[in-house]
Amino acid sequence: MANLDIVKPENLVYTKTKVLTDNVMHYCPGCGHGTAHRIIAEVIDEMGIQDKTIGVSPVGCSVLAYNYFDVDFQEAAHGRAPAVATAIKRLNPDCFVFTYQGDGDLAAIGTAETLHAANRGENITMVFINNGIYGMTGGQMAPTTLVGMKSATTPYGRRVDLNGYPLRITELLATLPGTYYVTRQSVHTPGNVRKAKAAIRKAFENQKLNKGLSFVEICSSCNSGWKMTPVQANKWMEENMFPNYPLGDIKVDGKLCENITAERLVLDHPLTVVNK
Amino acid sequence: MAKELKLMKGNEAIARAMIASGTDGYFGYPITPQSEVMETLMAEKPWETTGMVVLQAESELASINMVYGGAATGKKVATSSSSPGISLMQEGLTYLAGAEIPCVIMNAMRGGPGLGTIQPAQSDYFQSVKGGGHGDYQLYTIAPSSVQEMYDFVFDAWDIAFKYRNPVLILTDGAIGQCMEKCYTRDYIPRWTEEERRQHAPWGTWGKPATRSHNIITSLELESSRQEVFNQKLQAKYREMEEKEVRFEALNCEDADYIFVAYGTSARICMKSMELARAKGLKVGLLRLITLYPFPKKQIAELAKKVKGMLCVEMSAGQMIEDVKLAANCSIPIEHYGRFGGIIPSPEEVLEAMEKEIIK
Ligand SMILES: Cc1ncc(C[n+]2csc(CCOP(=O)(O)OP(=O)(O)O)c2C)c(N)n1
Ligand code: SF4
Ligand SMILES: [Mg+2]
Repeated sequence: MANLDIVKPENLVYTKTKVLTDNVMHYCPGCGHGTAHRIIAEVIDEMGIQDKTIGVSPVGCSVLAYNYFDVDFQEAAHGRAPAVATAIKRLNPDCFVFTYQGDGDLAAIGTAETLHAANRGENITMVFINNGIYGMTGGQMAPTTLVGMKSATTPYGRRVDLNGYPLRITELLATLPGTYYVTRQSVHTPGNVRKAKAAIRKAFENQKLNKGLSFVEICSSCNSGWKMTPVQANKWMEENMFPNYPLGDIKVDGKLCENITAERLVLDHPLTVVNK
Repeated sequence: MAKELKLMKGNEAIARAMIASGTDGYFGYPITPQSEVMETLMAEKPWETTGMVVLQAESELASINMVYGGAATGKKVATSSSSPGISLMQEGLTYLAGAEIPCVIMNAMRGGPGLGTIQPAQSDYFQSVKGGGHGDYQLYTIAPSSVQEMYDFVFDAWDIAFKYRNPVLILTDGAIGQCMEKCYTRDYIPRWTEEERRQHAPWGTWGKPATRSHNIITSLELESSRQEVFNQKLQAKYREMEEKEVRFEALNCEDADYIFVAYGTSARICMKSMELARAKGLKVGLLRLITLYPFPKKQIAELAKKVKGMLCVEMSAGQMIEDVKLAANCSIPIEHYGRFGGIIPSPEEVLEAMEKEIIK
């Protein structure tokens, strides 16, 4: 009761952006999807482009993203969002078009669409939620699942001889002349949320320049799929995901960043991890 | 281009009709025997005249999903392919039907199964009208049998697609795609203005103004009771098409004792077979199917009461015949005659089949 006294406009330090609807999100508590949604919505709000933004979200835990973003939105078939977004943008060049895809979607079933949209330099923003697992279908191996990492279809851990290497598609895309901005971020601490939001802002602003594709990977936890508490999941992500998927910009304004050496791009000895 | 009489290939007619009918975008992937569609568009450069976007995609998976993305914004977006490519598009087609997105797809059928042959065939009938993808859905399926119809049906396809918010399949074959015939072109219909787009597609994802809630394009409904209601709505739409949009041509059927039932290239051959039969004094007619879905059930049922037998001619092992038999309730002799693997039957062998199998 007493708290109500402080609810006054002058005390207001934060409000939910109007670009997010009031629908209750279906994501598991602790999941990175919700935070990623919020910062994208805030960027759309701050840029004043709600009436010009068209989102595309394919199959995966974020398939219902259209219930949360208050912008025109298309659900896409598994893996096909980059093709869908290509046509939206080409036919509506004044709109801001973004895809929001998981790792299974973007880097397994939709690899061709991803690579070719990037290679054509489509003037869109792609947000890539890398949680190293198929969250929606119950925690099976994703192309990004780490070596040694247990999942529903790698119950004894991912084996390179059996399953190949974790695919670092973000680094791969950075080598294509069609990408203008490529970065890897996370949303597991307030500081990282701020950095990730700045990256999303840049990726949307870039659409005004028409210079190619902007790609923001968000290395994100799937505590349900990883079978951990949210806190454990964040810690595990720092210790195991980040060495394999180093955070930071990879390509800015069409140029590889100075610290992105050939060795860093290739990282040919993926670290082996252990989880329960 | 204004009204003109020109000699052109069927595939070229599709491309020129797309430009002339105010199509906003075409996305395709090369495959014989229909690559001339995209080749003509690329040579015509409509982006410099009408503003139409043309893009070669990395696969048919991509091109059909580009159709999905572009068409869902309420624009007129089309693609074309041939059998193996259309197989690859089936997932996209069921999503398009499920999200009720108007669009136009052309299939210039070639022989299968598998990579098959690049020669013409009509063996994708089941795939086209029985739902090649998953779920209960229908494509409005229209079968041209001349270059002129290839041209004209593109215009008709847009009307149907937007009237019913449904994908339209122009189902033809390599013979009609490749053959050259005269064709009357039409005056250009300008592409829709921004305002017209919003009028024709109030459901489209063209950017949410403050005055309306956000538009969502999806085929997902996790609540089964709502998914059932949605399916009922789709079925009601299909019933309305069956009621109002059936097209066919009945040639010499009034006094006929026997009729051919055929569409596309087979119908063209049957016209000749019918002439040969009439010259012999045989009262033979032809029911040329134009829409394959909706299927002219009533017309076939009526004819079955009047004639003594029907020969279904199709460049397949016998697919359309199943619907003909169902429509006629198997009340009279109905047989199939077909060649396949890319072989086109001659009018003489078709007539011979009629005499042997039906007239006896
Ligand atoms: C064609 C097709 N194959 C498989 C599926 C089942 N499926 C749904 S989501 C999914 C994996 C999604 O994983 P990811 O893209 O990593 O997203 P996440 O749920 O982890 O956010 C799969 C395999 C499908 N819907 N469609
Ligand atoms: S399963 Fe994983 S990715 Fe999906 S909502 Fe739960 S935590 Fe998030
Ligand atoms: Mg995932």
